[in-house]
Amino acid sequence: MTAQGVNGSSVSILIGGEAGQGLSRSGSLLGKALMRGGLHVFGSIDYPSVIRGSHNFYTLTVSDEEVHSNGDSVDLILALNKETVLLHVDELSPGGVIVYDEGVKISSEELGRDDVRLLPFPLTGIIKEIGGPEVIRNTVALGAGLGLVGYDVELMKSVISDAFAGRDTIIEMNHTAIEKGYGYAREHYADAVPIELRPSGEDPDRIIVTGNEAVALGAIAAGCRFYAAYPMTPASAVLHYLISTEEETGMTVVQTESEISALNMVVGASYAGVRAMTATSGGGFCLMTEALSLAAMTESPLVLMLGQRPGPSTGLATYTSQGDLLFAVHAAHGEFPRVVVAPGDVEECFHLTVEAFNLAERYQIQSIIVTDKQVIESHKSTPAFETEVGIDRGELEIVDEWGGEEGYKRYSITESGVSPRILPGTVGATVFANSNEHTEYGYTTSDALETRVMVDKRMRKGSSLRAEIAGLSPVKVYGTEDADVTLVGWGSTKGAALEAIKALERDGMKARFVQVVYIEPFPTEAFKAALGSGGRRLLIEGNRTAQLGQIIKLHTGISFEDTLLKYDGRPFTPGEIAARAMEVL
Amino acid sequence: MVELSELGTPVENTWCPGCGNFGLLMTFKNALVELGLEREEVAIVAGIGCHGKITDYVNVNALHTIHGRVLPTATGVKLANHGLTVIGFAGDGDAYNIGIGHLPHAARRNVDITYVVHDNLVYGLTTGQTSPTSKRGYVSKTTPRGSFEPGINPLVQALASDASFVARGFAGEPHHLRELFKQAISHEGFALVDVLQPCVTWNRVNTYQFYRERVYKLEEEGHDPGSFDEAYMRAREWGDRIPIGVLYREERPAYRKNFPALEKGPLARQSPEKVDVKRLLKEFK
Repeated sequence: MTAQGVNGSSVSILIGGEAGQGLSRSGSLLGKALMRGGLHVFGSIDYPSVIRGSHNFYTLTVSDEEVHSNGDSVDLILALNKETVLLHVDELSPGGVIVYDEGVKISSEELGRDDVRLLPFPLTGIIKEIGGPEVIRNTVALGAGLGLVGYDVELMKSVISDAFAGRDTIIEMNHTAIEKGYGYAREHYADAVPIELRPSGEDPDRIIVTGNEAVALGAIAAGCRFYAAYPMTPASAVLHYLISTEEETGMTVVQTESEISALNMVVGASYAGVRAMTATSGGGFCLMTEALSLAAMTESPLVLMLGQRPGPSTGLATYTSQGDLLFAVHAAHGEFPRVVVAPGDVEECFHLTVEAFNLAERYQIQSIIVTDKQVIESHKSTPAFETEVGIDRGELEIVDEWGGEEGYKRYSITESGVSPRILPGTVGATVFANSNEHTEYGYTTSDALETRVMVDKRMRKGSSLRAEIAGLSPVKVYGTEDADVTLVGWGSTKGAALEAIKALERDGMKARFVQVVYIEPFPTEAFKAALGSGGRRLLIEGNRTAQLGQIIKLHTGISFEDTLLKYDGRPFTPGEIAARAMEVL
Repeated sequence: MVELSELGTPVENTWCPGCGNFGLLMTFKNALVELGLEREEVAIVAGIGCHGKITDYVNVNALHTIHGRVLPTATGVKLANHGLTVIGFAGDGDAYNIGIGHLPHAARRNVDITYVVHDNLVYGLTTGQTSPTSKRGYVSKTTPRGSFEPGINPLVQALASDASFVARGFAGEPHHLRELFKQAISHEGFALVDVLQPCVTWNRVNTYQFYRERVYKLEEEGHDPGSFDEAYMRAREWGDRIPIGVLYREERPAYRKNFPALEKGPLARQSPEKVDVKRLLKEFK
């Protein structure tokens, strides 16, 4: 056992302070140092929508086994200010520890607990001693935390060297800060805390990424060459990553004047024959719906990631939600086939993005990847992605000259509904894509028969799409067949649900989780088969109206008596799922 | 090089007899012929309104888009395949009402496209409502007491947005307009050509006669298109005299030149499978 918390084999560390103190960065660097030692990590940030001042905290959960979400309690709090102690002391497991600055006075009444330990550190003193800026406080605290749990400090230093490569002064300053915090902990509190983290000695090929980064990497792997987006939390990091790698990937990335512009640009690039994508959150997606309909009518393949946050309207801009599922399934006017797919972790973010591109292009439709803040802004360690992915551009034929006997028909009627596509610019042909109902050549029509034929052609693509998705693991099942309770959910709920299964097992309960991955076209048969017939069922969703439940009912007639719905912007925890599962049993 | 006869389509033209769009369409086709372009080298993008039917009437690559979104869509086409000569068409409602938010951005970016606005100062296809370029006092279905909003001045808007080529033409002066089209299409960067194009059905004020009595050609009056101040002054002129011609022209690198990937040729012609994703993963290890 290389990870030992106060009450089990996982360790949760919470770093808290003010916005602007660099908590997400520090937390993820700590996570990487732990991953490099062979441990598994999951880290998430909680922050209000401000740049400086208010309270932020990052929670990192570490274990010898894969970690799918944070737990319900923490073992160690690294408090960069007093507020952190007071806000989070109740989350500490009995026996847990708080690292704080010795200059901060905390009375036992304020603390309100006598089963946890306060360990004062000269955080401010160390900053003064090394002549560091205030922002280095979190690094000193990281060093202190590593010292307390006895981890290899060199791994942390190597992570810092890599993160700030080429900026030697910053590296040196951070190394000193780490060592000072670490040294103080070893000198004054060695063996004082019942928490241990040791490198496992394993050297597995792992990475630590956010869902945003995984989606961006998936897009790169899938051959996406054009990305246009307007910044919007929590999806902005896709834009940041793709711009930062632009020279290496050869992608053309545009920060547009609006989400309206973003999706229309993507439609233009798609028409010209390039794999293209955008990402946004609910408000931006509202603005994109007209262009989504344009893409459907012109049969322009594209991928759109919708990173959900709580609405309506501005809502909770920096928190998580699953409130836009029905919106994604139904968005835009007119009837047309589409893909709605919901990755539940970073690995799925990567692979489903690739799949979304291939499906979009094969059927010349639009793929919507529905994520949420919890999955796209949280860090998770995972086996390095298998980057040899297949790129299937379907009926796109890239030729220099059109060889057809008659003129090129962009919307030729075919059995599958998919028309062969060529690039505008192909010698001897012109490509006409039209938002009006159109003939095979693309010319505008209002003829009744031609309209019916063309609507049927587009909708036929949906039938073959449905059949193909049935073969793509559209529904995943975790846990034993003979479970006492079947949990049903989608998206980021997966993480907490998988941890809940472990928790229930520890209490002698058998649980399984049915994850709906493809929501549209809904995989009716796969879902029915996965659900099985026995045991209690519990539907878990991050919204108020059980939107997946409504979709399931529509397609299968199955309804859920028992639900666990959460709509306060916070992610599910394993404990609350386990507790609700016990209630329904 | 394309012949004029190859640019036609089998689609029956449904513009009203006498519509200024006819002159514009013929002039545009002639400009393509005179520029020596091939059909497949040209992509036109149009919005919604009477003007938008142009995609049905010219046999080149075409993307008929939605109301107000010609500029971002055309930008996407150009960035994805800069080997194409991209020309956007919009109406005054399309360009200056619903889509005006895109004008300053396409202009300041200097996207290498030509933007032809069929400016008839009225809404045609929706049967005669007031338009953003309708003048104050203009009586229409939606302004029975006369429009109380001053019209937008598109040329001033374009100049204020750093457009590198700003011109105005008149559909009743096809030879002059053809030269403007040719210059605009050859210009590296964003080129706006606002075309005064009489709507014979709905606009009884801004008629052929109205313009014939007022338009004058800038190049005949020694206008210097290199002078922003002079251009701005001319752009504000609308009364007894209305200027047509190139108001402003500036040499500035086109938007696409900022993207490293485009130096290797059009994106659409680049193989999408050459990126080493494994190398990118190292950062996350």
